[in-house]
Amino acid sequence: MPWDRNQMAARAAQELEDGMYVNLGIGIPTLVANFVGDKDITLQSENGMLGMGPFPFEGEEDPDLINAGKQTITELARTAYFDSATSFGMIRGGKIAAAILGAMEVAENGDLANWMIPGKLVKGMGGAMDLVAGVGKVIVVMDHTNKHGESKVLKACTLPLTGKNVVDRIITNLGVLDVVEGGLKIVETAEGVTEDELRAATEATIVN
Amino acid sequence: MQKVYGSAAEALDGLLTDGMLIAAGGFGLCGIPELLIDAIVESGVKDLTVASNNCGVDGFGLGKLLDTKQIKKMMSSYVGENAEFMRQYLSGELELEFNPQGTLAERMRAGGCGIPGFYTKTGVGTVIAEGKDVKSWNGQDYILEEGIFADLSIVKAWKADDTGNLVFRKTARNFNPPAAMCGKVCVVEVEEIVPRGSLDPDHIHLPGIYVHRIIQGDHEKRIEQRTTRKREDA
Repeated sequence: MPWDRNQMAARAAQELEDGMYVNLGIGIPTLVANFVGDKDITLQSENGMLGMGPFPFEGEEDPDLINAGKQTITELARTAYFDSATSFGMIRGGKIAAAILGAMEVAENGDLANWMIPGKLVKGMGGAMDLVAGVGKVIVVMDHTNKHGESKVLKACTLPLTGKNVVDRIITNLGVLDVVEGGLKIVETAEGVTEDELRAATEATIVN
Repeated sequence: MQKVYGSAAEALDGLLTDGMLIAAGGFGLCGIPELLIDAIVESGVKDLTVASNNCGVDGFGLGKLLDTKQIKKMMSSYVGENAEFMRQYLSGELELEFNPQGTLAERMRAGGCGIPGFYTKTGVGTVIAEGKDVKSWNGQDYILEEGIFADLSIVKAWKADDTGNLVFRKTARNFNPPAAMCGKVCVVEVEEIVPRGSLDPDHIHLPGIYVHRIIQGDHEKRIEQRTTRKREDA
C-alpha cells in the first residue's frame, strides 16, 4: 500500500532532528508538525515568526497573528517576531536547517518546479524561491505521480523552475529518494511497495 | 517638528502625485495600512506603482485601489486572492512584476539603507534571473537585484510616540519596517499614539527617523483565513 498523506508527513517528520529550525510549506508539509513527537523543533513562518504554535481555539483568533498561509495561529513560550527582511535574511543566510515543501515536478538533478503552470492563472512564488535557495536542506513531499498517472519525478522539469539543483530528498507516497551524483538513489520504499513499482513510476534516472 | 496629523487625508496632503511609486507594508490583510489606502482611494491619484507583498482582496486593502483602477503596476510576490486583480492583469490593464518574497523585502530594506543593488542566489536558474547580471562567488551563482527607492511609504504599526518611534504587534510587523525605510516620505497609521517617554527605548522596533507623519485610527483588521481547533472536552 502506498503511504497516505499522514504517513508521508510522518515519514518527513523523521527527517527532523532535535534543535532544528524548520520551515513547513502548505499542504502535506503542514501535517508534519503533528508527527514531531518529543523532538525540540522550532517552526519558522516566513511572514516573521519563529516558534509557531497550533491554530487558536474558536474565539481566540488574533488578526495580528497569522502564518504564511494567512491562517490564524498562536504563539508559544519560545516565540520571537521579526520583520520580513530579517525573516528572509535568516532563510537566505542558511540559518534555517530545513524546508519541507510540496512540488509539481522534481528532476533528477534536484531542480524543483512548484509555483507556475504556463497558461493557467499564476499567483506568484511567494517565499518559495528564497526558501529553496537558502535553507540547509530541501525536502520535497508529494505524490509520486499526477492525476493522469504520469511521473512527477522526472529527468528534467517541464514547468518553470522554483530553484535549480536545490532538492536534497524526495518523499512520495511510494517511497524516499535522494538526489545524488548522476540521478536519484532509492532510500526506502513504502510498506508493500516494491522497488520495481517505485522504478516503474519514476521517469528520472535511478542510480545504485 | 510636528509629525502627528488629524486624519489620513491630512497626513497625505501634498504627497500624492500621479505615476508615483508607493511602498506599502502588510502581509495578506495582516498589518496593512487600511486607513491610508482608503484616503488614497478618495484622493483619486492614479497610475500608481505599488510595491507590496500582496494586493489585498476584492474590496479590501489594496484591492480597493484596483477597483478604482488607480494602480498601473504591482511589485509583489503573491497575488492569488483577488479576482479583480486577475481580470485586470489578464486584460493587460495592470502590469505585474513578480518578486520572490525575500527579494522584495530586501529590495525595500536595501533602498532604505542607500544600497542600490545586491546579489542573491534566490531565483538563480529561474525566470526571475532573466536579464539580470550574474556573479559567481565560491562556485555559486548570484543575481543582481536592485534596491527600491519609493516616493512614499504607507505603513501600519501598533503604537507610536509623537516622535514616530514605532512598535509593531506580532506578525503584523512583516513588511512594514522595510517598506517604511525605503520611502522618501513615510506616513504611518497606528492604533494608539502614546506620550513621549512611555515606550521603552530598548523596545522600539523602528526608530522615528524613518517616520515623517503619523495618524491614529480604528482598524477593521480583517482576517483572511480564520482557522481554529476544537477545545478538548474537560
